[in-house]
Amino acid sequence: MKWSHFFTSAVGRKIVMALTGLFLISFLIVHVGLNSCIFNDLPYFDHNDNGSMFNRAAHFMGASLVIRIMEIGLLAGILLHIIQGYAVEVKNRSMRSKGYQVNLGSRGSTWMSRSMALLGTLVFLYLVIHVAQFWWPSRVSHDLEKVTYNGIEMHNLYLRMYEVFQHGWVVILYLVGVAALGFHLLHGFHSAFRSIGVHNKKYLFMLKSLGYGFSIVVCLLFALMPVSMYLNWVSPFN
Amino acid sequence: MEHYNMNLTLKVWRQPNKTSDGKFETYQVKNISSEMSFLEMFDVLNEQLVMEGRDPIAFDHDCREGICGMCSMFINGRPHGPWHATTTCQLHMRAFKDGDTIVVEPWRANGFPVIKDLVTDRTSFDRIIQAGGFISVNTGNAVDGNAIPIEKDHADASFAAAACIACGACVAACKNASASLFLSAKVAHLGLLPQGYPEKKNRVLSMVSQMDKEGFGSCTFTGACEAVCPKEISITNISRMHKDYLFAGLSSEK
Ligand code: FES
Repeated sequence: MKWSHFFTSAVGRKIVMALTGLFLISFLIVHVGLNSCIFNDLPYFDHNDNGSMFNRAAHFMGASLVIRIMEIGLLAGILLHIIQGYAVEVKNRSMRSKGYQVNLGSRGSTWMSRSMALLGTLVFLYLVIHVAQFWWPSRVSHDLEKVTYNGIEMHNLYLRMYEVFQHGWVVILYLVGVAALGFHLLHGFHSAFRSIGVHNKKYLFMLKSLGYGFSIVVCLLFALMPVSMYLNWVSPFN
Repeated sequence: MEHYNMNLTLKVWRQPNKTSDGKFETYQVKNISSEMSFLEMFDVLNEQLVMEGRDPIAFDHDCREGICGMCSMFINGRPHGPWHATTTCQLHMRAFKDGDTIVVEPWRANGFPVIKDLVTDRTSFDRIIQAGGFISVNTGNAVDGNAIPIEKDHADASFAAAACIACGACVAACKNASASLFLSAKVAHLGLLPQGYPEKKNRVLSMVSQMDKEGFGSCTFTGACEAVCPKEISITNISRMHKDYLFAGLSSEK
């Protein structure tokens, strides 16, 4: 079987979606872990941190060549997931030219499982804003304030976060984006494993539970970031 | 359960042939017994239409005992009507109340074009079977039980999958009009038994490629197919089919 055919059949396309999806999930783990460094500024941990832990972690991510190369892989993964996702959606939608008068609707399936393209689009729009606000200034245009720790100068990304999240509407936009990501993951996490062939009921139950837990914890942490900055639970000044 | 009679309003899709546009027509049926099957109710309606000199409604049916998979009707937004794990022919009128309006549509999928009224052309399923849903050699007469050892779990899973009657309800319900539940049932049914095992790889590759040609979508694991399947075929078969496809595709020499 030719590779081109292998990846473009009805099953192959879903295998691509699953593999890229799982790759992006692994990225989310790194991203949420690293960004959670901002919570080190909470009084419970180290109120004088003022973002130094986060800034240094972000600097490590930006300065190391290995990670910059992985970033290219990540970009490829995202693009593939988006392009293939739309291709699958368009193809699937075209398979029923004439619809029903009375639809099956929600009988037998969850809303998020039927709305992956919509949720994915919301996540994509959110991603564009997110990249423009953080990734672009720190990696491309370099127009961020500088800060020095132990004699090493780096971007004060933490300050940037704080400034961005002082606007209520940005916080709301982020919450909507994160919610869309959460619902996308609620279905996508276990569905990805099904698509690459996990059929053992024992594992499917485990993966579904893990997927729900993962989606909730990751999105809660992401949601807390803009909220805690907006409410000044963590801030660069104290 | 107590017997009762009912009067019903039926909205049925009428379409003279494959190429013409169809439309819904409304019919009244009176004194329908709660003990009748849904198809018998259609027989009553058709007799009424014949008496009036009108064209009776074309619908598929054969065994009328839930095993052939011909009776494809999309009833009130659900394939085979409201009852769980029941084909249209086994659906009884006690599922409805006096005065109900019932909307009856044909399967809607590009892989199942409408031929007339509620009858769709489902030969696409036959072609998918012809692509690989068989064992190439004659396996002979039934051998002594246990002459070929078969793991109990595999035998059970294979038998459960073999219950598929290829009615197409999975396609009708799927938002992507995917034939994955049907195809995966056939792949599991044959591939899990020793007679079908040797051709497992080619089977899945050929059947999937035929499914693509016939105009069915990909599976997105919404679970709608499993929920409406009259034979309760499990969606885990689809994951098994994806696994077989993955291994077969990766290990193929060509
Ligand atoms: S007529 Fe055979 S299954 Fe309904």
